[in-house]
Order: sequence, then C-alpha cells, then structure tokens
Amino acid sequence: MSDEPVRAGWPLYEVFVRGKRGLNHVHVGSLHAADDEMALRHARDVYTRRNEGVSIWAVRADLVAASSPAEKDPFFAPSADKVYRHPTFYDIPDDVPHL
Amino acid sequence: MTTTDLQAGFDETIAHEWRVEPRDWMPDGYRRTLVRQVAQHAHSEIIGMQPEGGWLTRAPSLRRKQVLMAKVQDEAGHGLYLYSAAETLGVDRDDLTQQLVDSRQKYSSIFNYPALSYADVGTIGWLVDGAAICNQVPLCRSSYGPYARAMIRVCKEESFHQRQGYELLMTMMNGTDAQRAMVQESVDRFWWPSLMMFGPPDADSPNTEQSMAWGIKRHTNDELRQRFVDMSVPQAAALGVTLPDPDLAWNDDRGAHDFGEPDWSEFAAVVRGDGPCNVQRVAHRRAAHEDGAWVREAATAFAAKQAAS
Repeated sequence: MSDEPVRAGWPLYEVFVRGKRGLNHVHVGSLHAADDEMALRHARDVYTRRNEGVSIWAVRADLVAASSPAEKDPFFAPSADKVYRHPTFYDIPDDVPHL
Repeated sequence: MTTTDLQAGFDETIAHEWRVEPRDWMPDGYRRTLVRQVAQHAHSEIIGMQPEGGWLTRAPSLRRKQVLMAKVQDEAGHGLYLYSAAETLGVDRDDLTQQLVDSRQKYSSIFNYPALSYADVGTIGWLVDGAAICNQVPLCRSSYGPYARAMIRVCKEESFHQRQGYELLMTMMNGTDAQRAMVQESVDRFWWPSLMMFGPPDADSPNTEQSMAWGIKRHTNDELRQRFVDMSVPQAAALGVTLPDPDLAWNDDRGAHDFGEPDWSEFAAVVRGDGPCNVQRVAHRRAAHEDGAWVREAATAFAAKQAAS
C-alpha cells in the first residue's frame, strides 16, 4: 500500500492468495486493473502460474485501512505489558500432567 | 520524531538485518537507489522477453514452443512482481514505463544482443539466466522487504529457465555436427556479455559500497562474477563446449578459476546505447505500449460504464 495516490487510469489492487485449503490468504503483491473482474484475472495470471493458489482476493489498495508506521510503538503498546496473557506466565509444578 | 530519530530507527533496522517495509521512514538516497535498481530490474525482465520472443513462432517442436512460451510469460510475470515492488516506494508504474520507452531508465545490457539461432534460446537459459540467478539469489536477503520477497518468487521460477536452456543445449550436443557447431558458436557469442551482466569491476563501481552498507546489495560485482565462472566451467565441460577464454584456468592457490578481462569498452558502448539492438528493443517496447493504449482506454471506459449502471 503506497501513500501516493495512483495517477494512472487503472486503480491499484492488493492481491491475497490462499495457497491451499486450510491456509489463510496471504498478501503476494499488487497489480493495476480497470475493474474487479480484470483484477482477479490478472492476479491469476501473474501470481498463480504454478498452482500457487486455490482462491484469490483482490482488494482496492485505497480501501485498505492500515496502521501508521510512525506510531507503531504506541499503537501496539497495550499488548506489550500484558505478560499474563501468555501461558508461560503461570508456574505449574513439572509433575502435573497435560497442563 | 526528528529526522535524527528516524535515521536512528532506520540504522537500527539495517544493523539488525531486519527488513525495511514500504511505509517506514527511509533516507532519500536509500529510496532513490532502490527505485533505480528495482525499476531497472523490472525493465530488464520486460525487455528480456524480446530476444527469445522472436523464436516463439519458429520453435522446432510443439514441446519447445510450449516451454519457450511459458518462459517468456514468466519474464513478463517477473517484470510485474518487480514493478509492484517498485510502486511500494511511491513511484508510479506508468511513469516507469514512460521512462523506459524514453530511454531515461536503463535495463540489463545483455538484452541488447540478438538471438540469432535456436541454440541461443538454450544459451540464454543456461548462461544469461544462470548469471541472473547468481545476481538474484543474494537479493532474496535484500534489506527492502518487497524487493526481497519478489526476488524469492523470481528465483524459484528462474531455475526452470536455466534447466530448460541447458537441456536444450544437451539435446543439440547429442545431435549432428552442425548442431554442435551451432551451440559452440552461440556460447562463443554469449560468454563475454554474460560476464558483463555483473556490472563493471569493483574499482569502477562507485555505488557498490553504499548499496552494501544499506543491505540492498549483498556481494560485489567481482565476487558474483567469480562465482558464476566457477559454476559455469564444470557445466560447460559436461556439455562438451569450450568457453572462449584462453586465460581460463583453475588456480589452486585461490581455489577458484582465473579468467580473462571482459572488453569493458564494449560494455560501456552497449550501456551508452550503442549495442547491436538497443534502438530496436526500445522501439519495440514503445510500439507495444502505444499500440495498446486504445485497449487500456476501452477497459477504463467499460469499467466506468459498469460502475455507473
């Protein structure tokens, strides 16, 4: 996702591919297309020439809401000091099974 | 945050070998260097379709035609991965294409040499794509995330390119004397230009030091050239061709091959625009771009009409 507006006629799409059933869609790159249908066809041709995917999402880049890198530390701070959210925070004797 | 803080954050990312990602702050020089390198790389893939593309309708069998078609399509795909990476740096894809057809940005000098025989399709796969792989494998660890990720995809696919080329040459070497001669003649023409693909000697490559400090480049031109020579010599022997360099010899002390100096004046001429095919390559790209304008305009008009109804 670029901060720059797209000057060309065709909007920028970000492409996400599900590699196989059971996996999440993963971002693989971007392309330009006149409309959604063309975006999907181009995404298939560019990003899945060798069975890399069973499903594609193409999303208009200008519709993606993204956190700001400039405030990355404060934005993620709420999760940084909550060690009690992790299982290793709790001391359990070694001889207690299945825990 | 002040620029000093931002610079410190960037330096820390580089020092830890973390990846720089698109919306991170980065020094202007880093961004500029990357735009130049990634755009030049993308242009090389796109122009790189031309030398072999001319053989698509002249392939000797349906099998070779299928393979070549898939390869040329891959080159287009690689160009698109790279334009996609370049765009994350805030440049516009149409702008880059315009700069290419206006000869304001460069592409790899190797594609200014013609593919004169079908053996050249094999030699380009073996030597040209082999040299490209040497260059690109370390770039999978480039400090700029989108470039590194594009390179990983490219490298996976280049392996097919090199192997199909080598197999094609092996087939010809098992053929007639005329076919063997054709392969040798092709290797004679492409060996030196392939060595030039790594760029000028380190002493004449002023940007290398900064690019390595930024983690954009991982090895110097001469290191990669040496690696390529060492890899190619046993491959040439297995194929039964002679590499056209009388100075090529194993050096036990260095544990590497000594080899002759490429003709750097020829390299400079080709980079300057005076290679055998520079004008033709750019003119062809420009014509394809301009002849396709009505298709792009029609698709835009169709999309607008659909959106309105």
